[in-house]
Amino acid sequence: MDFLNAFIALSNFVLVPAIAYGSQLALGALGVTLIYGILRFSNFAHGDTMAFGAMVTVLFTWLFQSWGISLGPLPTALLALPLGIAGCMLLLLATDRVVYRFYRAQKAKPVILVIVSLGVTFIMNGIVRFIIGPDDQRFLDGERFIVSARTFKEMTGLEEGLAIKTTQGITLITAVIVVALLFWFLNRTRTGKSMRAYSDNEDLALLSGINPERVVMITWLIVAALATIAGVLYGLDKSFKPFTYFQLLLPIFASAIVGGLGNPIGAIAGGFVIAFSEVTVTYAWKKVLGYLMPESLEPDGLVQLLSTDYKLAVSFLILLIVLLFKPTGLFRGKAV
Amino acid sequence: MNSAVKNTLLFAVVGLMILYTGFAQSWNTALLILNMGLISAIMALGVNLQWGFAGLFNVGIMGFVALGGLAAVLTGMPPTPGAWSAGGWNILAAFVFALLTVVAVVMVRGRMRAGWARSVVIILMMIAGFFIYRALFDPGVEAVEAINPALTGFLGGLGIERGIWVALAWPVGGLFAAAAAWVIGKTALGLRSDYLAIATLGIAEIIIAVLKNEDWLARGVKNVVGLPRPAPFEIDLQNDPGFVESAAGYGMDPVTASTLYVKLAYAGLFTVVLVILLVMAQRALHSPWGRMMRAIRDNEVAAEAMGKDVTARHLQIFVLGSAVCGIAGAMMTTLDGQLTPGTYQPLRFTFLVWVMVIVGGSGNNFGAVLGGFLIWFLWVQVEPMGLWLMELITSGMADGSPLKAHLIESAAHMRLFTMGVVLLLVLRFSPRGLIPER
Repeated sequence: MDFLNAFIALSNFVLVPAIAYGSQLALGALGVTLIYGILRFSNFAHGDTMAFGAMVTVLFTWLFQSWGISLGPLPTALLALPLGIAGCMLLLLATDRVVYRFYRAQKAKPVILVIVSLGVTFIMNGIVRFIIGPDDQRFLDGERFIVSARTFKEMTGLEEGLAIKTTQGITLITAVIVVALLFWFLNRTRTGKSMRAYSDNEDLALLSGINPERVVMITWLIVAALATIAGVLYGLDKSFKPFTYFQLLLPIFASAIVGGLGNPIGAIAGGFVIAFSEVTVTYAWKKVLGYLMPESLEPDGLVQLLSTDYKLAVSFLILLIVLLFKPTGLFRGKAV
Repeated sequence: MNSAVKNTLLFAVVGLMILYTGFAQSWNTALLILNMGLISAIMALGVNLQWGFAGLFNVGIMGFVALGGLAAVLTGMPPTPGAWSAGGWNILAAFVFALLTVVAVVMVRGRMRAGWARSVVIILMMIAGFFIYRALFDPGVEAVEAINPALTGFLGGLGIERGIWVALAWPVGGLFAAAAAWVIGKTALGLRSDYLAIATLGIAEIIIAVLKNEDWLARGVKNVVGLPRPAPFEIDLQNDPGFVESAAGYGMDPVTASTLYVKLAYAGLFTVVLVILLVMAQRALHSPWGRMMRAIRDNEVAAEAMGKDVTARHLQIFVLGSAVCGIAGAMMTTLDGQLTPGTYQPLRFTFLVWVMVIVGGSGNNFGAVLGGFLIWFLWVQVEPMGLWLMELITSGMADGSPLKAHLIESAAHMRLFTMGVVLLLVLRFSPRGLIPER
């Protein structure tokens, strides 16, 4: 019985939040990794791209809510999501046309593109703050929980409750669907295959008649969809605040790099590695250990390896440790 | 127009802009811009050493600046009475133990044969080491933080509080940053291109996280306030009858006169530091060493073939550039009078410095200095300029309309946008910056 309680406590505080957070990171890291694979630079503006897509979704959610449209138990934001993706696609295509295309034509060094993406970060950050302001915005509606801690206790008669938020459920389901679609696209369709070919060997791909501009355009479209979905899921789960998306850039980069830049499977694995290490290192294990150990051995302290404020630092510690042993990530990423 | 005339003109324009601020707004604002401009110019010099001379893409400037700030606290503040005896030695013992553990692990790794037995032993040693370290560390920290937590709760510093000697904290800040950079460089400089960039970005975040959370070190987010400073305090000047008299002689009230006097004192000290660093950077650039650096930057493979030790040179310049950023960080903290780890954000302390270097002209020391002043001026003045612009745009609209209110309110967010536009325009149309490398 105690073992069961320990497992429920672990699920409630570690497994469920880490799986939801890991899915969000994985979606973000997939975007970063695709840009690295095709356009060959680290896009610092990815966090703010997520913020922009999420912001468009939030605005449409508010509009729908004012019209009285809702999805019942599900958040209205899911209905607004396609519009958010469309808005983000327009932004990224415009950015590519106005900014990145020039440097692509010049064959600029990747590091120059990174600096250019810094400028884009500033601009996108400014636009988002300009339109929606820097504050926290609420846009979540519908049911809050799939299972609440109290109903779980009543159902099972256990001491520990397990709460699963609707947003956590939606996050996982959406992430599975999106990743399945993405891999189907990359592995099965002609366009997807040409993208992989372009990523593996640019010259050979050009030689076999792949149109690079088309590959780049499709990459931006996919990245816009991924970024918006990740941004909206994160916003639903935690809250929408422009600045948090800029900060989210750091664990997302860490995920993409731990997995190996340019490698989609690596991005997903990296997302979960980072999420799980963040949560487990900063979780107070007292409760779980209390159930598992005999009473005399119960720990006095919280049994927390690091305080919760170190979350961001943990993701980078993991990153550094991985890079020390595997300089291009767990799944052998690229280096340009 | 030859380049010397053009460069002088560019500096004159920035100088005039700051003078204009003095006449149009207030001399206090103008001097504030000047002081932070001087500090920004030094940061830009540091980044220019790494990027302009050697092509190292370091996006961890924020961490080195913050370490400089830490140095200002640790040299300037008086030691907390009883803190060392209460827990300081425990903390020190914990660090010594941690170091010994690492040494032991390295030795075991060298002695034992590779295999699962070695891995198990090493992992067990590290886990045991971590828990013993925490057992030594935690009570020490608790004891230190228990001492008058509302005011101190940290170990305190060396207590150099005597006037100009406080400026000793600046070179110490450089040393702190250099030491950190050496450790980081040893581990991260082997990484390639973007991996290095992200690693430095992450290390800066780790440094800030430590500063925020380790209260025993510098009070964390509770902030250390009232740092000793190299310039006199305004309130002392106002109480000094001689000063009040001479201020009256210039027809100024003593409060304004004292604030201006203090800012001018800082400006003088900062200028001395900037000039020293600039002369050194210029001589380095035009020495054989500087030529070697640029050769490595332009073609690493060729330089290596010529027998240059690329890794060692990269480490060298990484340490030097970071030290310059650390000096600037220490100067900034003495100017502010407090260390506030919560305010360190990469947008402001890393990316803005990068904008300065790129806009000014990477590879040219004068360019970096110009960029520092210009971008800092814009960073401060874009907000009032944006507000003025928005009021002009909305002047036709009815009072109380929500759009007008929103537009005026959002003028405050113009500065990020403007910085992005400036950076992109310069990169596109003048990729070598305002004062290009010769």
